Amino acid sequence: MTQSLALNVSLLSCLTVIIAAIAAPMLQHQRTIQRALLCCLVGLAGIFSCVAGFTGLMYGGGSILLPFGLPWLPMHLRLDALGAFFLLVIGSLVLPVAIYSQGYLRHEKRLTPLAIFLPLFILGMMGVVLSDDAFTFMLFWELMSVSSYFLVTHEHQHPENRKAGFIYLLMAHMAGLLIMGSFATLYATSGSFEFSTMRDAQLSPLWASIAFLLAGFGFGTKAGVVPMHGWLPDAHPVAPSNVSALMSGIMLKVAIFGFIRITWDLMGSGDFQWWWGALVLAAGSSSAVSGVLMALQQHDLKRLLAYHSIENIGIILIGLGLAMLLAHFDHNTLAALGLIAALYHTINHALFKGLLFMGAGAVLHSTGSRNMEAMGGLIHRMPWTAALFLVACISISALPPFNGFVSEWLIFQTALMAPQLGGALLTAIVPFSAAMLALAGALAATCFVKVFGVVFLGHARSNIAANAKEVDSWMLVGMAIPALCCLLLGVLPAIFIPIIDHVPQLLLHTSLTSAANGQAIDATQWLWLTPIDAAHASYSAPIILFGILLLGGVAFWWLHPKGTTIRRSKMWSCGNPHTHARMQYNATSFSQPLRRIFTDLYQPDEHEHAERHEHPLLTTRVKYVVHVSDMAVKHLYQPIGHVTLWVAKAIRHEHQRGIHAYLTYTFATVLLLLAVFA
Amino acid sequence: MSSVFFQCFQALLMVLLAPLVAGFLSTVKARLQNRHGAGIMQPWRDIRKLFAKEVVLAEHASWIFRFTPYVVFTATVMAASVAPALLLHTPLSLTADVIALVALLALARFFLALAGMDIGTAFGGMGSSREMTFSALAEPAMLMSVLVLAIGAHSTNITTMVTHTLTTPLLIQPSIAFALAAMLMITIAETGRIPIDNPTTHLELTMIHEAMLLEYSGRHLALMEWASMVKLLLFATLIIDLFMPWGISSEASLIGVALALVIWLFKLMGLLIILAVFETSLAKLRLFEVPQYLGTAFVLSFLGLMIHYMLEVGV
Repeated sequence: MTQSLALNVSLLSCLTVIIAAIAAPMLQHQRTIQRALLCCLVGLAGIFSCVAGFTGLMYGGGSILLPFGLPWLPMHLRLDALGAFFLLVIGSLVLPVAIYSQGYLRHEKRLTPLAIFLPLFILGMMGVVLSDDAFTFMLFWELMSVSSYFLVTHEHQHPENRKAGFIYLLMAHMAGLLIMGSFATLYATSGSFEFSTMRDAQLSPLWASIAFLLAGFGFGTKAGVVPMHGWLPDAHPVAPSNVSALMSGIMLKVAIFGFIRITWDLMGSGDFQWWWGALVLAAGSSSAVSGVLMALQQHDLKRLLAYHSIENIGIILIGLGLAMLLAHFDHNTLAALGLIAALYHTINHALFKGLLFMGAGAVLHSTGSRNMEAMGGLIHRMPWTAALFLVACISISALPPFNGFVSEWLIFQTALMAPQLGGALLTAIVPFSAAMLALAGALAATCFVKVFGVVFLGHARSNIAANAKEVDSWMLVGMAIPALCCLLLGVLPAIFIPIIDHVPQLLLHTSLTSAANGQAIDATQWLWLTPIDAAHASYSAPIILFGILLLGGVAFWWLHPKGTTIRRSKMWSCGNPHTHARMQYNATSFSQPLRRIFTDLYQPDEHEHAERHEHPLLTTRVKYVVHVSDMAVKHLYQPIGHVTLWVAKAIRHEHQRGIHAYLTYTFATVLLLLAVFA
Repeated sequence: MSSVFFQCFQALLMVLLAPLVAGFLSTVKARLQNRHGAGIMQPWRDIRKLFAKEVVLAEHASWIFRFTPYVVFTATVMAASVAPALLLHTPLSLTADVIALVALLALARFFLALAGMDIGTAFGGMGSSREMTFSALAEPAMLMSVLVLAIGAHSTNITTMVTHTLTTPLLIQPSIAFALAAMLMITIAETGRIPIDNPTTHLELTMIHEAMLLEYSGRHLALMEWASMVKLLLFATLIIDLFMPWGISSEASLIGVALALVIWLFKLMGLLIILAVFETSLAKLRLFEVPQYLGTAFVLSFLGLMIHYMLEVGV
């Protein structure tokens, strides 16, 4: 029972969102005050959790018993380095989203449901991170799932939103069941719900594997790992954009947290078996590549971003899987590097994906559409949004000097430094995952050229795009904060990594920053990022950024004649400037080459129809329709759905029996229970 | 201090020599085709002319379009100054390893493709779509082929990789042969040469790189063209560094660097002549055969990686 500043501040942030959930709905009739209060309190909670997370990482946390919950099980809360890191991730996105919401919710008619469920959703995520017993964990986990269901179905007048919400709720509860199964396995060995007892208990390899698989599939479903991702591309687009930013930016990360908590903390790296890491690595590689391949074929902006969340969760899992493999083979320093790479990508993804969803929300706010085919040329109407969105596009495409590159670079280094681990499968899977990471990164760049090019560049393809207006300054400030963080995390990784390094110290008792490992990463050497030593690999983002600015500045200054304005004219377009906006490349045509290259994977459903009225050789009108459906949904979810419906149909007449039949059912159930438990 | 001087000299040399390299290549090609050719200085004359010309921008070109030439040129020159050409231990070689070098080129390409879409012509979008699609396949192949050597040297730092190649006894390693084959294929694709793309063509429906530059004029076009020449020289230097670095100077002395310069120029000329022979004797691939070509390069480099793990680790 040690209390500390960090723990108290984290409790304060939980309290703030509880107050928000209670107070904001009461102001139902004063929408302006209600919105201001909601955003203010949520933003305050974001600041508190940032502070709590940072101080928790730097100066250690503490634990506390709260007199709630079951009579024989008070609520155990604890803030350790792992929890503090994820609290920092939560806070760093909640704060900008709260500022953004102040502008985004301005025209929202039904604010009260959001005022209830948004704070509860954030409370759920904070609670999961702070919980120190399985019961509290599941309580907050379900609070997070259920309140996010209400947020997903916020615009429930559209039937497809209700359907997306239903699938989400279904899969979230299946995930919850699996996670509960994992905790039950740990409970069976330790005899206690408390994490501290679970940590000390010794698991047999079989039970450890069962707990690992249950946790992996449970948290994997929630995180959107292929093929358990079916709910994600439906649920993210239909939620309000500030909620999508939170769901994609941090809710998926809370699932990653849960996975790390159970496998790395409660079971410990000593329990790892070699195939665990290999399985995580395979799941990560397949998620990364199939996520980005599916994203390339989308033309709904938010759905596209949702598929990119799958990709990035895959990248995080590649880092985690490498770390698990290396920890199993006792290469603890390298395992720490892999773990740090995964965590660094976690916070990076929270920032740039939050920013991307907020940018998509700004576009949706001013055009009223998510359809990329209707946009174009928005950089002229929404210059600030475009610039901030571009930062996120460069970051997620893993290009220097932004943050996405740093974490992918660290994962590459982990994969390359990995010594031969023994066995043909392991020998193959480590370089294979590096290859898949490279492929996913390059495809992501392709996809974001498409997104930015189609939405913001070129000519407007419709009136809604031609009449778009820049969003207000609340929303711009909300987007500017993560954009700035993306740059800082990209340029100064050597300052941030020592802060994250407390997590491997907790989980692996190894530090990348300690003197025991030679030199490694050092905060005073902020110029250099050297994971092992400079002869192996080094990267200096500040020098690269400075070099680019200097060279580019000199070239610009030298070449730019003073006093003359640049002549503007009609576009050349190979001598034919009379083009129509619909003759531009759009989202579908941009990805056509890839659709053709990966035909076997996509199996696109293409229809072409040419109208020829006057003469069989004179085409008057051509119509081309293409639809790419998610293979997992087609070949996995739909068959399961069909079987379930078939079984339900087969037994449905049993429901319509008289009272006698129901009494018989009850009697049989009681007998069965007696036979089993008595 | 002298290493800083040689670093600057080397970076400047790469930038200034690049147009000559392009000129040399086209002259060799012309001779092979029984033509006289425009001479080795022609690209320099072209660039000088373009710098003097007025810039005409399309009416609705955004700042992306105006910024891109500077970003492309700077990122490419940054990448070129990182790769050691003459001197092994240059100060800048620590700032970016080979992965960061590939990423810098990717940054240049990202902006180039955006600029292609900015004007909203069908050609620009077509070029961007193709360039990004093919580079999405070429970039992993290039990384894999470089990583074969990186794993052998236990480092992604180019200087360390070169040192490793210099200090290990000369053995025929099958993994390196695979990596070299893949790297050569990628170089042809990434620098937009035949059989993937044709740098001397305009207004062909199969063009890739040129399609994105169609709307550029004046100094902007000059920077773009120059950057693509620097990129060609950079790829040639990378091949020399990674697969045949013998002759590079390990100390910052005047004689050593001068000797390294001569040897480097000879190797460069050799590579360029091979490239010219390739370009003259091959026809352009159909556009939709390019993915197979790049896929082959990817599989080759991955095989190289596997062979390295299976056969050579511990040898």
